[in-house]
Amino acid sequence: MELTISIILGFMIIGAIYALHAKDLLSAVMAMGIVGYGLVICFLLLKAPDLAIVQIVVETITLVIMVAVVLDSTREELAITLDRRAILQMIAGFIVFAGLFYFFILAIEHLDPLGAHTLRMSETYVNGAVELTGSVNLVTGVLFDFRAYDTLGEAVILYTAALGVLTLLRIKGKK
Amino acid sequence: MTVYILCFVLFLVGLYGLITRRNLIKIAISLSIMEFSIFLMLVLIGYIDNGLMPIVDPGLSAQVYVDPLPQAMVLTAIVIGLATTAMLMAIAIRLYRKYKTFDIREMKNLRG
Repeated sequence: MELTISIILGFMIIGAIYALHAKDLLSAVMAMGIVGYGLVICFLLLKAPDLAIVQIVVETITLVIMVAVVLDSTREELAITLDRRAILQMIAGFIVFAGLFYFFILAIEHLDPLGAHTLRMSETYVNGAVELTGSVNLVTGVLFDFRAYDTLGEAVILYTAALGVLTLLRIKGKK
Repeated sequence: MTVYILCFVLFLVGLYGLITRRNLIKIAISLSIMEFSIFLMLVLIGYIDNGLMPIVDPGLSAQVYVDPLPQAMVLTAIVIGLATTAMLMAIAIRLYRKYKTFDIREMKNLRG
């Protein structure tokens, strides 16, 4: 299990690196699809079918939006110039990355190894959830019964984002 | 443990893109990559060996299920990620129509 997910994650990392360095924006967007659909396979392997369904729909919509934007503007990536500022930024970035990586290694010492998770808080959500919520799907039970206000907030955010996109695309810009 | 580290490497790739790329589309892609790595990390933490999918079969007696709480949280986060990406793309296309470029540095110079 761990090996399979590691291999898929390796592919996802390669796809991500290619997406960031592609000369053509359309191929960059497509390479991002590798990361998104690889995530779908990981979710299926990790026994999360609801997440896989949502992720495949969301990834497709994202891809369609990005392709529409790229086709409506330009496909060419900017020429990358290595001036002093870029080099300084890279050096600073790698120092920050090394620091972050060090603290991450320190932090995962306190995590359970993969597959040895113990239910603490969600024990209430698992035991007797079918009688309490009437839903055999535990994820749906958490989303729409125990934490229904979270889902309401999510719907509000989605509505606000749709309003924002409409507002941004409708008004004509000042010349 | 290797899976956690690879997950973090994916996050760092996204962060690298976010601070070194100047193209707005590439910045949006980097943000999405960072989001994906966080989702995978949360679901990995909730995984239990030989656990079943969190869908109860009333016929069977007590079973071990994968933790449903991180999955529910990530489900919310995925949808919010879609909202932010759509918003970002709308802003990008507006900026392109105004400045005729995706370069954020050039936009700073053309301001006014």
